[in-house]
Amino acid sequence: MSNVETQSRGAQFLGWIDARFPLSKMFKEHMSEYYAGKNFNFWYVFGVLAIVVLVIQLITGIFLTMNYKPSAADAFASVEYIMRDVEWGWLIRYMHSTGASAFFIVVYLHMFRAMLYGSYKKPRELLWLIGMVIYVALMAEGFLGYLLPWGQMSYWGAQVIVSLFGAFPYIGEPLVEWIRGDFYISDITLNRFFALHVIAVPLALVMLVVVHILALHETGSNNPDGIEIKENKVDGIPVDGIPFHPYYSVKDVVAIIIFLILFAAVVFFAPEMGGYFLEHANFEPANSLKTPEHIAPVWYYTPFYAILRAVPDKLTGVLLMFGAIAVLFLLPWLDRCKVKSIRYRGWTYKFAVGCFAISFLALGWLGLQPAEGVYTTLARIFTAIYFGFFILMPFYTAREKTKPVPDRLVYHK
Amino acid sequence: MSADEGLNRRHFLTVATTAIGGVGVALTAVPFLASWKPSARAQAAGAPVEVDISKLEDGGLLRVEWRGKPVWIVKRTSAMLDRLANATNDLRDPESDVSDQPEYAKNEVRSLKPEILVLVANCTHLGCVPTDRFEVAPADLGADWVGGFFCPCHGSKFDLAGRVFAGVPAPTNLSVPPYRFLSDNTILVGDDSGAEA
Amino acid sequence: MVNRVSKDMKAKIIRCAMTLAAFAVVSVAQASGGGSPLHDKAGNDVADIASLQRGAKNYVNYCLGCHSMQYVRFNRLGEDLGLTDEQLQSNLMFTADKTQEPMSIAMPPKSAEAWFGQTPPDLSLISRSKGTDYLYNFLRGFYIDESKATGVNNLVLQGASMPHVLWELQGMRRAIFDEVEVSAGQTRMEFSGFEQVTKGKLNEAEYDQFVRDLVNFLDYAGSPEQLERTHLGIWVIIFLLVFLLFAYLLKVEYWKDVE
Repeated sequence: MSNVETQSRGAQFLGWIDARFPLSKMFKEHMSEYYAGKNFNFWYVFGVLAIVVLVIQLITGIFLTMNYKPSAADAFASVEYIMRDVEWGWLIRYMHSTGASAFFIVVYLHMFRAMLYGSYKKPRELLWLIGMVIYVALMAEGFLGYLLPWGQMSYWGAQVIVSLFGAFPYIGEPLVEWIRGDFYISDITLNRFFALHVIAVPLALVMLVVVHILALHETGSNNPDGIEIKENKVDGIPVDGIPFHPYYSVKDVVAIIIFLILFAAVVFFAPEMGGYFLEHANFEPANSLKTPEHIAPVWYYTPFYAILRAVPDKLTGVLLMFGAIAVLFLLPWLDRCKVKSIRYRGWTYKFAVGCFAISFLALGWLGLQPAEGVYTTLARIFTAIYFGFFILMPFYTAREKTKPVPDRLVYHK
Repeated sequence: MSADEGLNRRHFLTVATTAIGGVGVALTAVPFLASWKPSARAQAAGAPVEVDISKLEDGGLLRVEWRGKPVWIVKRTSAMLDRLANATNDLRDPESDVSDQPEYAKNEVRSLKPEILVLVANCTHLGCVPTDRFEVAPADLGADWVGGFFCPCHGSKFDLAGRVFAGVPAPTNLSVPPYRFLSDNTILVGDDSGAEA
Repeated sequence: MVNRVSKDMKAKIIRCAMTLAAFAVVSVAQASGGGSPLHDKAGNDVADIASLQRGAKNYVNYCLGCHSMQYVRFNRLGEDLGLTDEQLQSNLMFTADKTQEPMSIAMPPKSAEAWFGQTPPDLSLISRSKGTDYLYNFLRGFYIDESKATGVNNLVLQGASMPHVLWELQGMRRAIFDEVEVSAGQTRMEFSGFEQVTKGKLNEAEYDQFVRDLVNFLDYAGSPEQLERTHLGIWVIIFLLVFLLFAYLLKVEYWKDVE
């Protein structure tokens, strides 16, 4: 315990703060004395990358809001105003549009990691559920934001998705009218989507992310071997653990820079990404009297769109589409295997996860194609595989031929 | 590598990486801060205004708008210009030392050409638009009044060159905007590139 | 050790392969373009300033009468294309007084609808919604069709309400359609070539270049920042690579501690 007089000025200042706010305590608890497995690999960077993308979206979003006009008459023109008249407006806009797609790439890979290493299993079920709520909030945020440029695809995409809610019996039509605030997608709808996209959902997302990290730190992180490092401690410190700071802070910086290089490559050289990140049809102002040839949602929703269209009946299609998201919430309880990591699980689970991944990608591609002929047949097949992964899981995971899980983490320098 | 060398290398790399990162953050901030500069639309709306004064009569006043501000153009008669010299003792800033005008308007007539006066029509007290009172000795302004501008909000008075009188709330003379003559009958308000003093 | 890598990577590799396959199929599907028999590439180069200047002139002379470019300001055009205010005023500015103004048209929307059935669309963003290849082929796809009010039709957009504004340059052509058997008993008319009926002021190569310059200008107008953007992007990536080098060395240095 050092004398106050012998402390440096910085240490004195820190002491003043610490007496009034748990700054050093929080830093220790969540960074310098938070222990995580030493064997984290590539799959473990996507959490911090998601935070980076969230910050990018918040900052670029705020600056866009300074010049964007949320009215049907002015929205489209205000986006072009940002792109051409506002200094560096084009950069801010492209960062935001690229960030939206980057967010989903990062989040999908982040979720897939959980499936590989059993990060949703006990004691991390709640962590998974919070993450699923974040995912649903993110999808809502993307949907709301997409209406704002008021292009042809903005308008017609919103028209299609909002009208889906009309499938519900009795409450359907009133519900659709209530969501729109009008008898058709109008200036009124645009204004309220703007309020939700800029304030309500971002606020919820930030709070959810804080809760998500608190839940993670309560149980401690999982790792690629699926071993609970807290079960093997010496002097109160997990033998297979390393403090997050400085080891993972320094490693994550490398991952973040690599991500930024890929991000910059898109922003500066291919912001439209062939029409996948910024759709061609959206460079035409919204026209309620002219429907585009193909109405497709942005690429990150297409797997669920494919499931929706695979079913001929509107209500069943809607229920299956929502069901495809809902079933993910049940994952911790559908998976009966005690072994967490795919490294030590049986071939049945490995095969099943492979099928799931392929079906998700296939459905994603099918969601971009016209809904006819062989595409519809394929969509039905892959929808069956997608749901099969979940519905059959209690059975094929109950008696899995797992490998023995080692006591100590497998780490090679 | 000895422990000391190791620590030095670690320290060096930490400082170097942090420094590069700091530069990166600063460079990233530039576009965001620059986006606050007046946009092309603001520049277009705030562009200089061409004013045709061919129809302006002697003693007449023309009102135009420039960058959201009202601007007067007054054609002063020689009689009005003669009366300017008389009031010097009662003025707060007769040499326009603390007032706002371009170099070429820092003279007794506060303009490029004596017969044409260009002023920003906002009282330098709190921004009201003064009324033009070019008549001599009206009842409400007294026998000493030889013409000028009177602000109805709080009673500030300015002479026929926009110079503020002492003893009124307004602290400085009426501002002169940048301007230049494109021809004898055309003034460009808001642009004085290449203007002569 | 090898086993561990392959198990983790297997799902990843399968996913990568599927994604690549999916993208490959999608790009092939898109490249085959539906409907239009003209598949030439525009081949324009936005860095070719001389071409952009010619294209701007072509646009003002032939298109600006009906098609506005409401998001393009003349002074910005001057900056990007290296034109002085005088050059702008004398060569390009027929519908505006001040260089800060955008490229608008004089035709009132109601008259446009009466004359053409719909208001000719604003073309500021047409290169981004339709693509340069489409535009290049559209302007080269007009042919004589007496059944239409304009006297012409277009291979790329059947029933287009736009007249062949550039007919003086290209001349007038007929399109030849051959009857082709699709399946048993079913035939379809397939485009097989053009027949030049009247000569234009430009030969085919000159006309193609004229259109290429015009489409190049439309490409620029769709995203005027693109040259600055790509040049800056190189520096950004170079900076990030330098940053990456130091960050990586720092990481390796700290991770020496970990056994």
